[in-house]
Amino acid sequence: MTYEPVIGLEVHLQLKTTTKLFCGCSTKFGAAPNSQTCPVCLGLPGVLPVLNERVLEWGIRTALAFDCTIAQIMKFDRKQYFYPDLPKGYQISQYDQPMAHQGFLEIHPEQGTKRISIRRIHLEEDAGKLLHEASPTESFVDFNRTGVPLLEIVSEPDLRSSDEAYRYLVGLKAILQYLDVSTCNMEEGSLRCDTNISLRRVGETGLGSKVEIKNLNSFRAVKLAIEHEISRQAAALDRGERIPQETRLWDAKRERTESMRSKEEAADYRYFPEPDLVPFMIARDRVEEIRKTLPELPAQRASRYQQTYQLSGYDATVLTQERTLGELFEGAIRAGAKPKLAANWIMGDLLAYLNAERLEPERITIRPEWLAHLIELIENGTISGKMGKELFLRMVQEGVDPAEVVQQAGLRQIVDPAALTQLADEVLRENANSVAAYRQGKVNALTFLIGQAMKRSQGKANPQQIRTLLMDKLDQMKEVT
Amino acid sequence: MAVGELASKTLHELRVLLDARKTSAEEILNDLLARIERLNSSLHAYIAVDADRLRRQLSTPSGGDRNSRLQGLPITMKDNLCIAGEEVTCASRMLAGHRPPYDATVTNRLKAAGALLIPRANMDEFAFGSSTENSAFGVTRNPWAMDRVPGGSSGGSAAAVAGDLAVAALGSDTGGSIRQPASFCGVVGLKPTYGRVSRYGLIAFASSLDQIGPITKDVTDCAWLLSVMAGHDPRDSTSAPVEVPDYAASLGHDIKGLRIGIPKEYLVEGIGREVRAAIDAAVKTFEGLGARCEPVSLPHTPYATATYYIIATAEASSNLARYDGVQYGFRSPNSRTLSELYLNTRAEGFGSESKRRIILGTYVLSHGYYDAYYLKGLKVRTLIKQDFDQALSRCDVLLTPTSPTPAFRIGEKLSDPLQMYLSDIFTISANLAGVPALSLPCGFSSEGLPIGMQLLAAPFREETLLQAAHAYEQATEWHRKKPSLP
Repeated sequence: MTYEPVIGLEVHLQLKTTTKLFCGCSTKFGAAPNSQTCPVCLGLPGVLPVLNERVLEWGIRTALAFDCTIAQIMKFDRKQYFYPDLPKGYQISQYDQPMAHQGFLEIHPEQGTKRISIRRIHLEEDAGKLLHEASPTESFVDFNRTGVPLLEIVSEPDLRSSDEAYRYLVGLKAILQYLDVSTCNMEEGSLRCDTNISLRRVGETGLGSKVEIKNLNSFRAVKLAIEHEISRQAAALDRGERIPQETRLWDAKRERTESMRSKEEAADYRYFPEPDLVPFMIARDRVEEIRKTLPELPAQRASRYQQTYQLSGYDATVLTQERTLGELFEGAIRAGAKPKLAANWIMGDLLAYLNAERLEPERITIRPEWLAHLIELIENGTISGKMGKELFLRMVQEGVDPAEVVQQAGLRQIVDPAALTQLADEVLRENANSVAAYRQGKVNALTFLIGQAMKRSQGKANPQQIRTLLMDKLDQMKEVT
Repeated sequence: MAVGELASKTLHELRVLLDARKTSAEEILNDLLARIERLNSSLHAYIAVDADRLRRQLSTPSGGDRNSRLQGLPITMKDNLCIAGEEVTCASRMLAGHRPPYDATVTNRLKAAGALLIPRANMDEFAFGSSTENSAFGVTRNPWAMDRVPGGSSGGSAAAVAGDLAVAALGSDTGGSIRQPASFCGVVGLKPTYGRVSRYGLIAFASSLDQIGPITKDVTDCAWLLSVMAGHDPRDSTSAPVEVPDYAASLGHDIKGLRIGIPKEYLVEGIGREVRAAIDAAVKTFEGLGARCEPVSLPHTPYATATYYIIATAEASSNLARYDGVQYGFRSPNSRTLSELYLNTRAEGFGSESKRRIILGTYVLSHGYYDAYYLKGLKVRTLIKQDFDQALSRCDVLLTPTSPTPAFRIGEKLSDPLQMYLSDIFTISANLAGVPALSLPCGFSSEGLPIGMQLLAAPFREETLLQAAHAYEQATEWHRKKPSLP
């Protein structure tokens, strides 16, 4: 039987405002446990929340970037459950009236584009963190994360494959990075993702039982978990089983999902309007003011690259998917690099390096002008292409400007005809056998002689020039005899 | 001066003595402490008083405003108002030993005014009750009759003021918790407009209903305290950015032409004969002062109690979720798992009325019941608010009894929660509607128990309330009567 997977994604995004959602505590990651807390985020008896205006502004900005409709009335609700990392016994969230709804994100599958609807975006506060490592018999709570602002971005179940889900996440992250509202770091938990999947027979329009998968710690995990879940559900359906509605956990080590709780065990969160925060109107002109602050977004930038730099659609998409790549690209052009060459270096060597080292593009420390220098050094023949590759590696690994390296280490290519002639003469004199072989018609001998010249010059000789020189001299020798 | 003489005076009387240098803050405190020492073991108005600590505080310069009316004067605090470093428990085992690291906004304002705060007036646990019998730390008795309750939940504050164990006090009022004990104890109690006084640092019962307010020996003291406490607070999003007048300045004006509405739904069966008579007499007094009294209707009054117990318990069940034994307060020992920690802590830490309300509130918010209870409750609340809008568009003030009966006997209603809930029948509507309401003495029963009347006004019209109450007070002697205590 062939099935069609129906997939939706829920993304939790920590906003990188300097202070928390309802108090003035710092949101900085990695501080000593409970050093960034106050009576309000600790939920001490008697405290009250006060909304951080900056969070609201960033939330609206983010929602506008996905073309969402912003709610007229901002209202918060309490989501109630018991857990030690939740000091008030409830999370302040938005339930029936999210901050924004009905947006979309365009993804680019193998062919064409596809519009994925975003159902809602709402604001809520993050919970704390349990620490179990310090003692075998006790657990500790770190409340630093408590009250850090979160945006929950919920898609419609418009995704049909793990690949589409992956592209959705990449596209989403790109927009968020352009907005500069989050570090989007999955390892630090500033971007978290849950997915829900159901299967239905191809051609059917109804929906199967929804399975939610949690504990997805990377985009790759999302992809693998969806693939695993599709085959697990398909196998069960093929056996004639019914898929129970449930929540499952992704086990990254064993690469499989495991049941966490069934629908019947699902918590009753007893949502009700947060009485400590009075609902308030969002002025339409305020929304329009915020809309004006939206930066150029990936899709806009990609089409600009195509028009301005004559890049292919594919190249433009790759270069704009990560904000830092586009910034490097444009910076290099401003510093004088040819667009196509800059694009090639970034999409070729740089991405290969990042992949090999498993580094996120935002970890790039090279300056755009360094890339421009590198391109120029090769272009004007100061260094060879091969040297260029080596210099590129040093540039990304050591954070050095290729132009300076060349100057200091004397790495300049030898292009001086006199020096090269002397070098050619020496090589010919010392390799009489090869010269003889060449004269007998063995063309391979030339390659050997060029190699010898490069070796003598420690790779600095301009390969083209030395090749021409050697050939000329050998031909002259032929004529002489 | 005889022992207890200073303690028996009002804030404004003590101010005169202090300004004339006829007494000192130290003398006042010592007189009060002597009174507490003598009477608190029988009245139990305070859960505990640390006399040495208070004396030490007085000897360290307060730094408060030297020109403030409250400079050097003691103000008693209900045990649900946070004072940095002072134990505050809501009269619950759950919070025994809890010392907040921060000041409530009212605490801050009183401290800045140079007042000396006396913590820990007894109350019903988490303010759940109308008799102060639900305190985990003992019952408070009514100074007018030791076998009677002082009312609740601010029973400790009211009893302390009535028995001269306090000069003036703060209470909190969610459904009548200031006004009903004020009426039972023969003192003045004001629940301000919702949003008039910051709730920051008031340990929450029901967030959309709670207000902090004064309990005092007369209306002038009430005005003095409100002027200091009221005002917008950036820490409380529900506090209103409405200017605060000097409430004392409006006192003394005559009330000729004041329109007083008498809600007919409040004068129905179930109301005590003597209470009815006292209210009728009060109406006459007001008319004699030039006010025009006329009947008005608040047609949704019969639904107020049901609505209140849905909204108040729902919010309470949520506000009390934080008492889980994890971070502060009581934690049951010997729990082996997380769910045991929760279950044992909450089973052992909460009293039975708290559990009853948590269960009620959890029920009305549960999946499948929300629309039928909580949502319906919110709608009825809107109707009740509209009743008041309408009545108060025709009248300046509404006049009702504060409670259907004078103070009842200790233990009398303890076994019947519904009867207990009905003792708040006249006070809860003001909380649902958010309007200000003041209770003041208007007579005594044949058994010598105080009877209180309630005045209500439109939002932020506390001035009108105080002005009317002050005019009545000037025309009567009820507030001058004192219970005979040893």
